Amino acid sequence: MLLFVTMLLLPLFYAGYLSLFTERLIGGASFAWFDNYARALTDERFIGGVLRMCLFLVIQVPIMLLLALLFALALDSMRVRGGKFARLAIFVPYAVPGVVATLMWGYLYGDNFGPIAQFMKAIGLGSPELLGPDNILGSIVNIVTWQFAGYNMVIMYSAMRSIPGDQYEAARIDGAGQFRIAWSIKIPAIRSSIVLCTIFSVIGAFQLFSEPKLLYEVAPNAIGSSFSPNLYAYNLAFTNQEVNYSAAVAFLLGLVIMIVSYVFQLSTARREKKGARA
Amino acid sequence: MSTTSSTRLAVIPSGQRRRARKRSGDLPLGEGRSPILTIVIWVCAAYFLLPLFWLLISSTKDNSGLFSSFGLWFDDEFHLWANLVDLFTTRDGVFLRWISNTALYAVVAGLGSALLSAAAGYAFAKYDFPAKKFLFAVVLGAIMIPTTALAIPTYLLFAGAGLTNTVWAIILPSLVSPFGVYLMRVYAEESIPDTLLEAARLDGAGEFRIFWQIAMKIMVPGIVTVLLFAVVHTWNNYFLPLIMLTDPNLFPLTLGLAQLQAASEAGGGASAQFSTVITGSLVSILPLVVIFLYLQKYWTSGLTTGSVKE
Repeated sequence: MLLFVTMLLLPLFYAGYLSLFTERLIGGASFAWFDNYARALTDERFIGGVLRMCLFLVIQVPIMLLLALLFALALDSMRVRGGKFARLAIFVPYAVPGVVATLMWGYLYGDNFGPIAQFMKAIGLGSPELLGPDNILGSIVNIVTWQFAGYNMVIMYSAMRSIPGDQYEAARIDGAGQFRIAWSIKIPAIRSSIVLCTIFSVIGAFQLFSEPKLLYEVAPNAIGSSFSPNLYAYNLAFTNQEVNYSAAVAFLLGLVIMIVSYVFQLSTARREKKGARA
Repeated sequence: MSTTSSTRLAVIPSGQRRRARKRSGDLPLGEGRSPILTIVIWVCAAYFLLPLFWLLISSTKDNSGLFSSFGLWFDDEFHLWANLVDLFTTRDGVFLRWISNTALYAVVAGLGSALLSAAAGYAFAKYDFPAKKFLFAVVLGAIMIPTTALAIPTYLLFAGAGLTNTVWAIILPSLVSPFGVYLMRVYAEESIPDTLLEAARLDGAGEFRIFWQIAMKIMVPGIVTVLLFAVVHTWNNYFLPLIMLTDPNLFPLTLGLAQLQAASEAGGGASAQFSTVITGSLVSILPLVVIFLYLQKYWTSGLTTGSVKE
């Protein structure tokens, strides 16, 4: 038993030690109180990055989860021929490293030999400039959705599979159609999975890093050094050598993420309570 | 933390109370396949496969072929073999080095984190110890903490200990997996009956032996799931190696490919070929795709454990 506790405590102490280290780093060295935090909160580049990520997740998370839900419902309805293969095909991008996915889409988007630009030129239109400043956010939305829609679909799909069959029978006897079953039985039943997916997607969206970092090589004008807060923190620490400030930015970002996901959980919990009373 | 309250509805859906209402306008209850739905899903599936198809096609072209031929079909010449040779001989075969690094990191970190998660999850599920609730709340909280908020402090810590630019810099942080602990706790609670443990104790088996010989065997499917996701996570990780490593001989694939890509972009394909980057990308995703297909049974069931019963 002692062994298990130490094995368990090891990672926890590790995390605890790190958090102490951050605090000491910000408070200690040249003792600056919360100057770094004050600076971050008035730093346009940090705030801009956070807002950009908010925009990103407001667009990306609903699109991805809606797609995942629709796929899961369609496959669960057993009305798709070759559904098993389709499920694998949609899931496969999850096994592709983010770096490779970004490289690949970077080429696909690109002017050099991207098939999209080739096609547009072939039918007489100009290159779509998918890596231009106006489109870059949408392009990243597409990459992330491509990668993770399947993963979320699998979570929702497995949750649907474990709904007891007698409920469907009851619904059928009552004359409920497929859409009705999907809306009134399946979606409420997998609500907890949807909440879980949403939280993980939000956390993931805020942490966007590899995609802008790698696309920066291809499209330096469209992505500045502070496109996402993570990228900003990285550039602060490793390009500008402002380690202390960077730690404060990283810490604030963590705080933002925790607050957002906590608020989200609270609001869904409350809605559920209301639903139960009605 | 607050997950428990929001997930209680997981098993008993609220759909039942509405079932009394009837509607006639909905779809007829045909049990057959729906052609429209099939087509829609297949078009979507094609979209998810298309970039991979492009990658496969492009890896058979040489650098000039990439520019001169249409992206989604083969060029006249078939250069896959030449590309592979290029890939494995560039910079004295450093690519092979990257592959073995990645495999090493992924396997060691995966096994280690799966074992630690299993032990911790088992302890949480089957033992009482002081501050258990608090500790588990910390684990749940740790799931929420963005890894990158920790990464920079971790880097400083490791730099202080002189561990940056070593394999430990990648393996040690990857061993800690709060989500794995959480998943294993749920799994251990569900799959290991208390009576079995008591019987083993009566037979005089020590706690360690019970864990190692009984509990571990029962938890195998759960452990495989955690292992799989830990391997994928380490395999795909980019941020951690990026800040920890500067020596190209220690790079994992992700970092190496990114470096190759930067070189090819900067030199317009002169110093490093686009075709090499593309072929390298293809090679680097194959192992994981194969693993996922092979272990399908595990990840689908493991995900259910994590999402349905919380």
